[in-house]
This record gives sequence, C-alpha cells and structure tokens, in this order.
Amino acid sequence: MLAVPGAVLPNFGQTSSCVRNNGLFCWSWFSQHWSDTFGPAIGQHLVLTVIAVAIGFVIAMAASLVAYRLPWAGAGFNVVFTLVFTIPSIALFELLVPATGLTRTTAEIALTSYTLLVMFANFVTGLRGVSADVLEAAEGMGLTRGQRLRRVELPLAIPAIVAGIRVATVTVIGLVVVAAYVDNEGLGVPILQAIQNSSFKTELIAAAVLAVLLAWAVDALLVGSQWLLTPWLRSRRA
Amino acid sequence: MSADRSTAAVAARRDERTPAATLEFDGVSKRYPGASGPALDNVSFTVPAGEVCVLVGPSGCGKTTAMRLVNRMIDLSDGDIRLDGDSVISRDPTTLRREIGYVIQQIGLFPHFTIADNIATVPKLLGWDKKRIQARVAELLEVVSLPPEMAKRYPRQLSGGQQQRVGVARALAADPPLMLMDEPFGAIDPITRDRLQDEFLRLQREIRKTIVFVTHDIDEAIKMGDKIAIMREGGHLVQFDSPAEILTRPADEFVARFVGIDRALKRLTLRRLHDLEMAPVPAAQVGDDAGPVYERVAASPLDELIVVDGEGKPLGRVGADRLQAESRVPDSRLDPVGVTAPETWTLRDGLAMVMTDGNRPLLVLDEAGRAAGVVTVEQLSGALRPNGSPAPTVPERGDPEVSA
Repeated sequence: MLAVPGAVLPNFGQTSSCVRNNGLFCWSWFSQHWSDTFGPAIGQHLVLTVIAVAIGFVIAMAASLVAYRLPWAGAGFNVVFTLVFTIPSIALFELLVPATGLTRTTAEIALTSYTLLVMFANFVTGLRGVSADVLEAAEGMGLTRGQRLRRVELPLAIPAIVAGIRVATVTVIGLVVVAAYVDNEGLGVPILQAIQNSSFKTELIAAAVLAVLLAWAVDALLVGSQWLLTPWLRSRRA
Repeated sequence: MSADRSTAAVAARRDERTPAATLEFDGVSKRYPGASGPALDNVSFTVPAGEVCVLVGPSGCGKTTAMRLVNRMIDLSDGDIRLDGDSVISRDPTTLRREIGYVIQQIGLFPHFTIADNIATVPKLLGWDKKRIQARVAELLEVVSLPPEMAKRYPRQLSGGQQQRVGVARALAADPPLMLMDEPFGAIDPITRDRLQDEFLRLQREIRKTIVFVTHDIDEAIKMGDKIAIMREGGHLVQFDSPAEILTRPADEFVARFVGIDRALKRLTLRRLHDLEMAPVPAAQVGDDAGPVYERVAASPLDELIVVDGEGKPLGRVGADRLQAESRVPDSRLDPVGVTAPETWTLRDGLAMVMTDGNRPLLVLDEAGRAAGVVTVEQLSGALRPNGSPAPTVPERGDPEVSA
C-alpha cells in the first residue's frame, strides 16, 4: 500500500482530543483534509467511473446492436459478459497487475468489464421491447433500416438504456473503492488508509459517505437526463 | 366534426393532387418455403384508379399477404403487380413505400413523436421544406377532423379513434396515389368505427385515392368497397365484383355462405332512402284551408296530415278523420311527429324502423330536418328483390367446405 500525498496520519501530538480518542467523526480533521485528501479523491473517483462507464457503454451498445440483429451472437456475448461479471473483483484486479501493473489502466480494464453485462442486457431488452406495430408502420412508410434504428428503435429504448447506465454507474462507483488496491486514486485510498491506521473512524466514515453521496448525485443526474430525453413519457395519458 | 370545412380544405387543393393509380394483380402467387400450399394462388384483378377495393375473407385466406405484396413488405413468388403499368418488382422498396400510404390495424403511431411529427414522417423522408410540411400537417388535421391543438400532443394523449385518424392523416401526408389499409378500423369500438367509416367514405369521395382495404368483416366490405375481392383459404380469389353483384349473384356456395343468408337484407345497405322514389309528404301549415289538404292526405300512403312550420319542418300530425271535421289546419292538440328517418339512412335501417313501427309508412326528413317524402314497407321490401335476379337460394347448412 502506497502512502497518499497529503493524507496525514493522525499526529497524536498536535491533533484534537477527538482524533486522539478516535471519536466517531471529527469535523475539524475532516475539514482540514477536505482540500488535500477528500476533494481530489472525489474528482479521481468520478473520472475513473466516467471512463469505465463510457468505454463499457460503447462496447455494450455495439454488442447489443449486433445481438439485436443476430440472436445467436447475443447468446455468445451474454456468456462472455456473464463470465467476466462473476469473477470476484479483487481477484480480477490482482490478476491484471502482472500484465498492466499498478496503474489506472488496470483499474479501468476491470471496472469496464463489470459494466458490460448489465448494460448489454438492458440495451438488448430495450431494443427488443419496441412494439412490432411501430416497426411495421415504420417499415411500411419507407424508413430504411438505419433510419428505423436511429429515429425509432434507439429513442424508444432510451428508458431501458438509461436504466442500464444507472445500474452500471452505481456499481462502478462502489468498485472504484476496491480499485484503490491497484490504482492509487479515488475514495478507496482514504478508506484503505484508515483501515491500516487502526480503523481511524473519521476518515473511514467520511470516505464511505462521500462515495455514497457521489453515487446518489450521479444517479440523480442520470434520472434527470432521462426526463429531459423522453418528453413523450412525461405527457399525461388521454 | 367539421365536415364542411374539411371538404373545402381538400377541394381547395384538388388541382395540386397526385392522380390516383391503377393497381393490377397479374397472376400473383406467393409461396413460403416449407409451407404445404401457396399463401396466394394465381390471383388476378385490376382496381381502377380512384376506387376502393376491399380484400375480404376468413383468416388465413391470404388477404393481408396480398396487400403486403403491393408495397413489397413481402416479395411475390410468381406473376406481377403493376402500379399504373409499372411493375413494383423493379422498384426500390423504400422509395416505393414512400409513395404508398400505409395504415395498419394497430395504427403504429410513433409514441415518441408528436402528432405533427407523426404526420410529417414521409414528407420529412422526402425532404420537404419546413414550411410546406407545417402547412400540410395543418391541412391534414383539418381533413381528418382533429383540432389544430392536437399537433403538439403525443399519441398516448389521444383516444383510439383519434389515433386512427392520425394514422390515416399520416398515410395521406405525401399525397400517395395508392393507399393500403389493413383492418384500419378493426381495433376500434363499434360506434366509433361506424363514424370513422362514414368519415372515411366522405373523405374518399373528395380525394379519390386508389385504396386496397383489408378486412374480415363482410359488412364493412360491403360498406366501404367499390369492388370486393372475396378470398378463401389457400389464397384463392373466389369472386371480384361490385358489392351489389356479389350480394345478388354470389359466384359459388362459399361466397353465398360468406356473405350470409341475409344477403338480400345486406343489399339494402347499399342504397339510401333518398335513392328511392319517395311519395310526396301530405304537409300543410297551420291555418291552411282543410279541404284541398284533405284531398292530398287521402291520396297519400300516409293517412295523416303532417303539419309543418314555415321552413317545412314537421310540428305534428293530424289524423284524416279529424282533418275532415276541421275547416282549417288546426294549431292545437296535434299528435306528436313520431317516427321519422333521415334520408341518408340505408334502406336496411329504414326497413328496420318501419317494421318496429308496425309497418306504417315512414316519414323521411332531409338533412335540414324538413319533411322530404314518404316511404312504404312495400317499397322497402320490393328493394330486397331487384329485377332480373334469380330467386334467393339458401345455402345448405353444414357444408364442410364452407367455414366462414
């Protein structure tokens, strides 16, 4: 385990009694270390998450489009993504270290692989859920295959697509904590630090709560974008 | 409903319309690999430009297959289909479909498009400019009797009947010379369906498209069709004729059974009360001299005087006996007007009304509500047996071949 620059081990000579007694939550210590520890860690956490979800999205979308046209290919993707998803995360991180080292790349490869199954499954469900009548009308009116996909199938799959992204994102935000074993970034770093430091409660709780809040915030953002993207679902029924 | 406005809107643009196309089926067959028999077996018929051809038959008769061959949703195995003489086989399916209106039973509106965007689908594919599209959408909403504020709504905010009107508007958007309609009113409640059928017939009188209309309902076929193609299992075309001809001279037992043993009654739906030579109404206004009025009442099948107002709308009745005792047409103690029928009713509706009213002559009103004429039960039942038609034969029950 590497030391985090700026993360300070409790110095019993100078710090408050709260820190010395390992109290439940020491506000002053938390605010002192917001700018050198927690603030940057949140930023790194978010970047790691966004990269993993973005790459995962591209792969899962491509796979689901292939699977939508070729059901047998879909079965293949499903097997592969399920297999990857069932590998315990710590094991996968450690397995990758010999190849890619203790780097962000190692973290991202593992994180991305965990997003694939849930996004793929949701995207395929969304595409297959477009009503046959709508597709028949679209074909009968002379929309080409590409036009049907872009103008009809993908927009109507938005709710399922966003649902997949939400589950993948929240999952990855949790896994980034574990990724701190191989990549010295994110809110996992102060958590590991606190554990090593005879379970320093303030640091542990602060990092964990921030990870949860980050997940909520990003999820709320995704719900909001779905709301904006699907005006037809907002209208009241007749 | 704004029948007059929509008619005017359509009429105003009559000059810029695409002319309707003639549709020819020439020995068309469709076989699916692995199927025991053909889905469509050597079918030939021609729909003249501007006419409605109804494909009707029991399920599995190939009627929907036949329709879908026209815009190449399915490709035919043998024969040819021609639009104004040009084979559809040589056409690029996508371009072809944009020139053919397409309406399906489940409507298939795009739930994520507003009504305006739904209607604008084909014009957008054809690259019309924004202004022209906007104008066309507004015009079509009027044509199908939907208020302009519907344009911004989404399909789920509309009732089933309204959605089907949008479906028709969308199919008409690029002014196609041919429309394909697959049970367009099949999923709609009977009352709304009846109204949509009437509206559609009124619209068709204006736009005069060539229309292929698929249904399994013989009554709808009789009502909507200029021509009816009756099909049976195995993709056989059994008879292609006008509704009157099919009802009068069914080609075989299958057709006779399919149109029903009440086909003479059904034939009555092809004519309306104003098509009959109605007897004049013995009508007079309050205060008229009773003498000459009585003469007219005595000569009329209706042995009552219809008292009318200045416009000719009935106010009440006066029996012949009482009238004989009066010197002037009275204004008090009139009997109620009672049973009347609008002249646009079919003879079948008229007959039903007369029979419920004890076979008494029926007072017919014109569209303004004025007394227009008198129709008797003899006239109506006489129309059941047109001249020159053979005596109606009743198909035997239990014929195993006929299972419509």
